[in-house]
Amino acid sequence: MDQLSKQAKWLLTGLALLITLFHLVPFYILITTSLKKVGDFTSKWAFPTSFNTENFTLAWEQANLGNAFINTAIITIFAAVLLIFFGSMAAYALARRTTKLNKYVYMLFVGVMVIPPLTALVPLYRLVVDIGLMNTHLVAILNNVAAFMPLTIFLYAGFIRSTIPKELEEAAKIDGASTLGVFFRVVFPLLKPITATVLIISSVYIWNDYQFAIFFLQDSSVQTLTVALAGFFGQNSSQLNLVAAAALMASLPMVIVFLFLQRFFIEGLAAGSVKG
Amino acid sequence: MAELTKAPEKTSMKTKSAKWKRSRRESSLWWMYLPSVLIVVLFIVYPFLDGIRISFTNWNGFSQTYDYIGLDQYKRMFADPDTWLVVKNTLLYGIGSTILQNIAGLGYALLLNHNLKVRSFTRTIIYLPVIISPLIMGYIWYFFFAFQGGALNDIFLLFGKEPINALGNPAVNPYIIVFVNTFQFVGIAMIIYLAGLQSISKDYYEAANIDGATGWQKFKNITIPLLMPSITINMVLNIIGGLKLFDVIVALTNGGPGNASQSMSTFMYNLYFSRQDAGYAATQGVLMAIIILVISMAALVYFKRKEVEA
Repeated sequence: MDQLSKQAKWLLTGLALLITLFHLVPFYILITTSLKKVGDFTSKWAFPTSFNTENFTLAWEQANLGNAFINTAIITIFAAVLLIFFGSMAAYALARRTTKLNKYVYMLFVGVMVIPPLTALVPLYRLVVDIGLMNTHLVAILNNVAAFMPLTIFLYAGFIRSTIPKELEEAAKIDGASTLGVFFRVVFPLLKPITATVLIISSVYIWNDYQFAIFFLQDSSVQTLTVALAGFFGQNSSQLNLVAAAALMASLPMVIVFLFLQRFFIEGLAAGSVKG
Repeated sequence: MAELTKAPEKTSMKTKSAKWKRSRRESSLWWMYLPSVLIVVLFIVYPFLDGIRISFTNWNGFSQTYDYIGLDQYKRMFADPDTWLVVKNTLLYGIGSTILQNIAGLGYALLLNHNLKVRSFTRTIIYLPVIISPLIMGYIWYFFFAFQGGALNDIFLLFGKEPINALGNPAVNPYIIVFVNTFQFVGIAMIIYLAGLQSISKDYYEAANIDGATGWQKFKNITIPLLMPSITINMVLNIIGGLKLFDVIVALTNGGPGNASQSMSTFMYNLYFSRQDAGYAATQGVLMAIIILVISMAALVYFKRKEVEA
């Protein structure tokens, strides 16, 4: 595949750059819009002549982004930790003990994966109101844990079956360790690669979640970034410069994490797709 | 001879009883998955089943009382022209995004499978939108397509043309939604195809070169068949994602004008929260679950069969 002529290589490089440029367009527009003062009607394609940070401070305060950042971080961190803790444990039992009961339970998790979560919206909303969890971090955490649990178990179980040797656990058992002890001291450390994949996939989705957050986190004190941003857009749809500044700030943390940990994001997906 | 035929039977009896003994001795370790089962049942299985029950009522979403009205909501749904508009849009979002994402994703992967200097930079930029919230990505494209002050209309103005209201035009805006969804997630398709391409042994291509195969023949007879597992994953992932589309629509058109660009998800949301029509919203939810289940299963079975043939 690499015996390209010099001209062909230049041509393909040019094509790749053109595609890159095309994919950068919306981000370029986002940046120019966010930097221009409200009421500046020059073309969105023209780079602003003066930098002003006013939009950012104004949007930060008005959209209550500081608060939204904290809420989003709390929900994402707790949900990811619970997912990894309970998900890996469940997958271990289901992968190692193939009793009849466990086969049914595993089938339940796989079956749940095909239920589109939003179709359960109406009764779920009622349930959340009934148990008094409306507008709490807890409901968002539990909801996200439930939504990603089947995939988490599926990924962990596949990894345990294919890569963790049983002999290790048996040796530890002979030494008198309890099941839980064996799991957390011997098995869990070996699950690192798949834990990284689960952590990345679930964190990105939970951090970006809008369709559940909008139902259950309407009070401004518990709003996540997406909910705060949607509300802010509703109030300022004629002041796009402010909305752009807010959108830029809201997406920056994930972009930074991605740029630093890119390898894990892309390798995890690639490995998962080849195996799956 | 007799003994020979008997022998396997004996061992199979033995293993059977050994298996039985082991499964009795071996506990299920059910307490290890109990928390996960509870949370999934409470937040997914129970609401899903309860939704089917509510679809047979006239509940408004907040009253304590409601009546069971049999199949009335279902009759209403099938007679409602909005249902078919919304189903049509949902299919367009699902199938349209799937086709575009796979063509573009495969094209990008083929390009980046070459050893170019700009490879990792291009890959990063194409993948970047995947990690941004679909809602925010919708807003970012809103700045491009907006009627007032959008970047697209700035180009039109530059050439002395009238600005267009693309997002307000029901003939165009569903396609813009498909485009934005594709733009956001094409990176996933690209990475999966790249991984698939890299797992194809170079020997096949070398053998084909010796036989004097053309580039197209190699693509059709080697690349595509060996890429079938990646194609299956992408098709199924993209179609499920497209059929469930919600955030991007909220950001770009909010389902409008009227219900023109509404998907089943956004339609359901409006029925429940804006029109207090919970029973009907639940009925639409049942239809949506059936459509997504049938289409994703059909896609899975179809492409899995292709994999076997290939």
